[in-house]
Amino acid sequence: MSELSVNHLLGIKYLDKQDIQLIFKTADHFKEVINRPIKKVPSLRDITIANLFFENSTRTKLSFELAEKRLSADVINFSASQSSVKKGETLIDTVNNILSMKVDMVVMRHPSPGAGVFLSKHIDASIINAGDGAHEHPTQALLDSYSIRERLGEVKGKNVVIVGDILHSRVALSNIFALQLQGASVMVCGPKTLIPKYIDKLGVKVETNLRQALNWCDVANVLRVQNERMDISYFPSTREYTQQFGINAALLNSLDKEVTIMHPGPINRGVEITSDVADSKQAIILNQVENGVAIRMAVIYLLASKIKK
Amino acid sequence: MSQKVLLNAKEVNIILHRLACQLIENHNDFTNTVLIGIQPRGKYLANRLAKMLKADYKIKNIQLGHLDITFFRDDFRRGDKPLEANTTDIDFIIENKKVVFIDDVLYTGRSIRAALTAIQSFGRPKEIELLTLIDRRFSRHLPIQPDYRGRQVDAINNEKVKVNWKENDGEDAVYLINN
Repeated sequence: MSELSVNHLLGIKYLDKQDIQLIFKTADHFKEVINRPIKKVPSLRDITIANLFFENSTRTKLSFELAEKRLSADVINFSASQSSVKKGETLIDTVNNILSMKVDMVVMRHPSPGAGVFLSKHIDASIINAGDGAHEHPTQALLDSYSIRERLGEVKGKNVVIVGDILHSRVALSNIFALQLQGASVMVCGPKTLIPKYIDKLGVKVETNLRQALNWCDVANVLRVQNERMDISYFPSTREYTQQFGINAALLNSLDKEVTIMHPGPINRGVEITSDVADSKQAIILNQVENGVAIRMAVIYLLASKIKK
Repeated sequence: MSQKVLLNAKEVNIILHRLACQLIENHNDFTNTVLIGIQPRGKYLANRLAKMLKADYKIKNIQLGHLDITFFRDDFRRGDKPLEANTTDIDFIIENKKVVFIDDVLYTGRSIRAALTAIQSFGRPKEIELLTLIDRRFSRHLPIQPDYRGRQVDAINNEKVKVNWKENDGEDAVYLINN
């Protein structure tokens, strides 16, 4: 098994277990590459990749761009805020115009769920979903699982709780699919208003008490409260949210085990997580960022190898 | 499919000793030399030579690494099968060192071309030499020749040379396989 079962990475739900194993194995090699004095390989010399960001992003965009450059691909960047999208161009028109410039692969972030799937039906290039609305963010879930595997040896059999704003989170959904595929148990924890109604149908546990959730888990993946996506008030105040669902050192120290802390960034320090926890040895937040480049190199490399000559 | 034995275990052993002695001739005590086995199958030969140099010729400081060339190959997206990577482990500095590439079979020379590029990621070596157990002459695509060769073989293109190692394949032997 040395080939992905898919031609696009649109979401974790389209992958199987072997795909994830192959991506991790390939990422292991790229992780070694990015720790060399010269961190670049020439594999994708003849591939051009367009990064289309219809929504703001710092980390993901930088991480993708770095991954592409380390593989020697040619990269073009596009941000919706400075483009003709503002003038009323449709998504397909925008993308087809870019593809006329002979682009082989598209990395896209879009505020609408399913934008990647839609695009994959209409254009010829290989597509990587870098986040579509509150739907999926597959590379983030892959790097999260990869970081768990790195810290704890394996993902199988581990208990992982996702804490915070589950309702607006594409990271949560992709993580649930990825973790379950690898045999981990998943729990979500947050204010009832921020937990989707039928999420238990996905086979995840639901808990509204943070202490109990932490007592159950090996890993806590803490999500940011996405104020920008909230059209109504989901909890009385930030202060109250922090009191009930904020992770602090005192709380972690009062548990009789060490929980690994993850966060996909950007962190709201003092809201969902305190600085002393975010900067502690328990937290693998910066490892996640490093692994993000290796994972994205692996995904791009494996998808590119399926692009016909 | 038919196969013919090119070298048996005894012959392989004699050749390995000769190659080890030739290396010593040029590299003395190996203080400024590193041995690099080319993945996947050059690794076995490199490990064997390093072991022999230590055990039989009492050379203490052998620096041995393995280099994977997958991401540096020139046939990405050209073959039917996707390329699968192997582990690279080089935990020393290459800068200003004499590097000896070690591979089991030298055929088109394309792997070595890739290795020459790949090794540069680890620094600028003083010089690079090539040691190969089997040299399939007349089949080169590139101007690359070995500095140390075990045995020269004339094989036509639909023939394959397979090197077996005790630690991986259960025996030391070299076969010429005709498909």
